[in-house]
Amino acid sequence: MSKGKLLALVLIVAAFFAGRYFFATGPVQMTDSRGGASYGGNQEATADGERRSGSLVRGIHMAPMTGQVHEVRAGEKIMDTVKLAQSGDTIHVYPGTYSETVYIDKDNIRLVGIIEEGQRATLDGKGHLNDAILYSGNDIVVENFLITKYKGNAIMGQAGNNFEIRNNIIVDTGVYGIFPQLGKNGIVTHNVISGIEDAAIYVGMSDNIHVAHNHVFDSVAGIEIENSRHAIVENNFVTNNTGGILAFITPGLPVKTTYDVIIRNNFIVGNNHKNFAAPGSTVAGIPPGTGILIMAADEVVVEGNIISDNKTAGIIITDHNNAPNTTIDPESDPAPDKVAILDNLMSNNGYDSIDEVKALMLTEFKTGKVDIVRVGVSRDSCIINRHQYVTVGVDKWAECGFTHTGDVLTYLLDEPVPPREIDPAEAGKVAYLGICAGCHTYTGRMIGPPVQVIQALYMDDPQGLADYIANPVKKRDDYPQMPPQDYLDPATRLAVAEYMLSVTK
Amino acid sequence: MKFLLRLLILSIVMPVEAAGQEFVLKDSCPPSFELRDSGCYLVSRYQFYDSLQNRGVGGTQTGLPEYRDGFSPQQIDLGRYLFFDPILSRDGSLSCASCHQPDKGFSDGQARSIGIDGQVTRRGAPSLWNVAFLKRLFWDARADSLEEQALGPLFAPDEMANTPLQLMQAMESSEHYPALFAQAYPQTAEPLSLENLTHALAAFQSSLVSLNSRYDRYALGHHQALSEEEIAGMNVYRSFVARCAECHTPPLFTNQQVAVIGSPEPEGLPLDVGAEKTFNAAKLKGGFKVPSLRNIVRTAPYMHSGRFDSLREAVEFYTKGRGHAVPDGVQMQIHWHIWEPQLTEQEIDDIVTFLDALTDESLMPSIPGRLPSGLAAVHDNSNNKHNPPREHSDE
Repeated sequence: MSKGKLLALVLIVAAFFAGRYFFATGPVQMTDSRGGASYGGNQEATADGERRSGSLVRGIHMAPMTGQVHEVRAGEKIMDTVKLAQSGDTIHVYPGTYSETVYIDKDNIRLVGIIEEGQRATLDGKGHLNDAILYSGNDIVVENFLITKYKGNAIMGQAGNNFEIRNNIIVDTGVYGIFPQLGKNGIVTHNVISGIEDAAIYVGMSDNIHVAHNHVFDSVAGIEIENSRHAIVENNFVTNNTGGILAFITPGLPVKTTYDVIIRNNFIVGNNHKNFAAPGSTVAGIPPGTGILIMAADEVVVEGNIISDNKTAGIIITDHNNAPNTTIDPESDPAPDKVAILDNLMSNNGYDSIDEVKALMLTEFKTGKVDIVRVGVSRDSCIINRHQYVTVGVDKWAECGFTHTGDVLTYLLDEPVPPREIDPAEAGKVAYLGICAGCHTYTGRMIGPPVQVIQALYMDDPQGLADYIANPVKKRDDYPQMPPQDYLDPATRLAVAEYMLSVTK
Repeated sequence: MKFLLRLLILSIVMPVEAAGQEFVLKDSCPPSFELRDSGCYLVSRYQFYDSLQNRGVGGTQTGLPEYRDGFSPQQIDLGRYLFFDPILSRDGSLSCASCHQPDKGFSDGQARSIGIDGQVTRRGAPSLWNVAFLKRLFWDARADSLEEQALGPLFAPDEMANTPLQLMQAMESSEHYPALFAQAYPQTAEPLSLENLTHALAAFQSSLVSLNSRYDRYALGHHQALSEEEIAGMNVYRSFVARCAECHTPPLFTNQQVAVIGSPEPEGLPLDVGAEKTFNAAKLKGGFKVPSLRNIVRTAPYMHSGRFDSLREAVEFYTKGRGHAVPDGVQMQIHWHIWEPQLTEQEIDDIVTFLDALTDESLMPSIPGRLPSGLAAVHDNSNNKHNPPREHSDE
């Protein structure tokens, strides 16, 4: 045995006895399972001809990350690394407890928890921190964390596009578990979320969304799609919440519509949890035992779900006027229109319903366990195989003109929303007009000297001018010193200098 | 020091308009506007970005909502003269600038604004910064355009108390205005009209743009622009505990909706039902338009009737319990984001610290040295009286 091998053996033994984290081991080998080779199936399966094939919806950013890989280990702050990271970088967070708020105001960062033998990177808000992860950048990935005991949300997006939030375990993080807001093209998959006093997964004011393969339980609302368009909610296990899956228009928000939402192939079982929402919140009015709740949302298609053991009703469709805790908004249509109920397995719902539902049933001389309840106005809605269900308010609905949603794999975009390409010439002009022109005119005296004077000094030296504006000095007794413009990046500073030297009026 | 600098800047930008000289309207656009096809078009770094459904709400790098621009340089400049000219009021005692003073964030430092004959109006004067972006005007959202809005204070008996007839007579008999309107509206058969007057006021107000604060520099990528304390405040502000950003949403720091927050009236005043009246909807009782927070440190006191003298008190209101200030016996559908956030004293301080970073008055217009009516300016421009209480001394 060579000395090297011996040393390695000693180290392995020492590491074993010293405990897993005593020695920081090298980076783990991460295999990206979203792309790459697929299992081909046994030969026999293709013997009788071509198989049908379909692609699973796994991710948005399939290309390998090109930037640096950073490592964060127990005892360090994730945020220290986020501050260093640049667009395109990946941050690996190793197991350990991190008690901080991570905010990402940058684009294209992958924040990845490393799971070692079941141990996760744990974000612990200790009951007093507000949110765990807050991002505003585009192309943000958050995966593999355990997040618990925050007051606000576990993962919150404010206007980031192309987000991927997956494989996180979230336990009791306050108001929402996962809350992407005002984003386009995002995926929320394979998360396990419980103990949330509003929605475990809440997609708000967003477009082109895919929520799949999540397990949400013991929360007030399981999954909520609100004021959003082109969303699919599929293959989730939604159990023991107050309400299972919600599609809402909440009035009073700046984005006014919800339409084109497919809720399919979910297990929506036994959502009978006591409602523990904050007073006044929209979900505080949800009766325990609600499987699916469609409020004012249009073009919601419900297909292939197993909806059982929800004590108030399997599916409730309501307008704003019959919903508690909503305000009014002249710009929002209060009616859920073009709702389509396709085939679902519904069983043992409505076995202990609320008085309002029972009263509605009496108007149609119906009794028993109710599956589907429609209250208030709903135009152009439809249903198939209605004979299977106990319903209220849907007898007059038309037969749907379609029977399944199989043609729609996903509403995610073929390519991620592209970053806005900023042409340097355009950046120079915009910075000149948007910033410089506040103090400089071409010929006149304003707060700073005329542009003509600056041109005379720097005509052949745009870089000199670019350098000066980053670090100005007091030059003239009769003008105040210019404040530094170092908040513009060097390329923009050069572009604006070139632009300023080129203007002629 | 900065205060002295502001004085200095104001004195520099004061244009020289010698008495007796003819008035000539500017033929160039205000800073930050580009002249194209004889219209002035806003140029902002936010135009590099989009927003969901083009609503102009989002996070750091989010595009602006629809806005008003394209007014001619002459229309903007005419509006500037009109804005500062007390000829617009019945007795020449008030101009727009009386309640929208440039050095007070285009507000007036009063809890409730003072109209003609010293009458105290019902509500405080809103700031005019960034009104070009607003879909609805007035606290109770009752006007849909700046032109419609202007008619309110011009003719309200407790504000400028004019009448259309008297106003237009005064304008027609003034020495300079007929010529100025002809300069600004050369294509119009009747340049001097009430319609053009409110249009010119809209043009000027649309030039009051504030989008280059230290916050904006952070948001657009320069993370050193904010201090650690301000970033801490920003993170409380946008957290889902404080939830400020849910309604005061960037980039304008308003989502332009009506919200019922149940803030108290000043002692002894009856409840103002606000937007309930506008929309004839009981659910909007006590509802007011969410104001922008840009330049908010300049516009104390706070809330629709100025109940809170300081920004800190205004922030603290949101931590004192949902509906705690709703009068007994009044049914109010309090907004769902008003809850019990249990912010610490430190967090409240941090939010106030952050709000100071929303200050940008770099596009402050110049104040006319001489008015076309020949009247003297009446607005308080002393720059030190009634200065809004400042939260920080580092200015």
